[in-house]
Amino acid sequence: MKKRLIQLVPWIVPILLMAAWQVLSVLGYISSRILPNPVDIFKAGVELGQSGQLWHDIGVSSKRAFWGFIIGGGIGFILGLWNGLSKVAETILDTTIQMIRNIPHLALIPIVILWFGIEEEAKLFLVALGTFFPIYLNTFHGIRSVDPSLIEMGKVYGLKGFSLFLHVIFPGALSSILVGVRFALGITWVTLIVAETIAANSGIGYMAMNAREFMQLDVVVLSIMLYAILGKLSDVAAKLAEKRFLKWNSNYQK
Amino acid sequence: MNIGKETILELSGVHKTFGQQQVLNNINLKVNKGDFVAIVGKSGCGKSTLLRLIAGLEQPSSGSLMQKGKPIRDKSVAKIMFQDGRLLPWKTVEQNVGLGLKKGSHNKIHTILDQVGLLDRSKDWPGVLSGGQRQRVALARALIHQPELLLLDEPLGALDALTRIEMHQLIEDLWKEKKFTAILVTHDVEEAVALANRVIVIQNGEISWLQTINLPYPRQRENPLFMKYVSRILNFILEKENNDSMDNQLYSTSM
Repeated sequence: MKKRLIQLVPWIVPILLMAAWQVLSVLGYISSRILPNPVDIFKAGVELGQSGQLWHDIGVSSKRAFWGFIIGGGIGFILGLWNGLSKVAETILDTTIQMIRNIPHLALIPIVILWFGIEEEAKLFLVALGTFFPIYLNTFHGIRSVDPSLIEMGKVYGLKGFSLFLHVIFPGALSSILVGVRFALGITWVTLIVAETIAANSGIGYMAMNAREFMQLDVVVLSIMLYAILGKLSDVAAKLAEKRFLKWNSNYQK
Repeated sequence: MNIGKETILELSGVHKTFGQQQVLNNINLKVNKGDFVAIVGKSGCGKSTLLRLIAGLEQPSSGSLMQKGKPIRDKSVAKIMFQDGRLLPWKTVEQNVGLGLKKGSHNKIHTILDQVGLLDRSKDWPGVLSGGQRQRVALARALIHQPELLLLDEPLGALDALTRIEMHQLIEDLWKEKKFTAILVTHDVEEAVALANRVIVIQNGEISWLQTINLPYPRQRENPLFMKYVSRILNFILEKENNDSMDNQLYSTSM
């Protein structure tokens, strides 16, 4: 019982804010032309849900987030491993990667639109590019900071090649890699919001821009809140992964 | 207490330099099967480097190391137990002990964990164990490979005095039972005298003294002879005694 209550504590502030928002709207302190109240937004959400439009847009956005993350994160992970394990690869590739990293990926939107138009590839490309760097950097750093004395121990006990990687190097790098995953998930949604708002014909960002044309303020605010919820959900998933894979580490227990 | 006369390890004219620094200078040493040799010396005297050479973790700058008449490069018969245990924190106690073993070694793992008294902790993470328990796991991990030569690199250095005495007993019991050859590096002279039948003193990278300990096991610390051995070695290391007046057996190869 006590545990349940403690789990609810983080939600007190958001709930109080919503309540205050609702009360101030009803009392007329916040004009519904500037900011619709939570109940209206909820109603708009239910309406869109019934027509199926809402679920379609959430699905499209989530799919983009997922695949962009898998592609960008996957390449970042593999390159991070490669450069982390091989000095030669690092010498050849790392400088190039660091140079590209310093270009804000959202600055590429104009060129991405010219290349891909407003089709799926454009969003995937931007999300992949955004998630690549945090995962690359943290994988690389994780591999490089594995305790060399543990690697030596592994060799003494007959581990080499892949088994050394599997039992010693990868688990040693995992906590750093998962930090990269959390960063990358945050970047995924930020990128998607921008990309969908500027150029898209489906998805949550498109829903918001479309509603703006018709002055449907409640739908605009709804889509903003959807991003907040989806972002929070991805972070919860990443946290669960940390708990699951780093359960040996007392820092990640409860 | 020579169990057999077979030579398991022979070092002749071993030198080791790191850059300009001469760490080991002309080390000659012969270890017989079943011996328990302790290497003592101040920190930085080169004793850990010597053990790493014997383990095959470093190569000598010159000289030769032979295990059972063969160069160490091939396949070391030695297993080393490190000072800090070096358990993998992401593996449970039994997974750590079973590291590098084939699947289906479950019974073996549990037998050895029972012998070091940690069978009930086999599913725990190393992070929740005490320092002494961790070293027991490290010992079990080394012994499960049934090494002919067990190398102990200050394994008890970080433990408290009471746990250390317990561990001495455990190591002695396992040594007697499994009949391996042991080389223990330590800065604790009492520990060396409690466990070893030969104590080697290393100073400035050279073997400066060899002392045979003729005391029955288990060794009684209150035995005046025990204390005499300890103070004699200590005094030698601290250079309070005149080197010439002692019955030292420098570079003797048979006891």
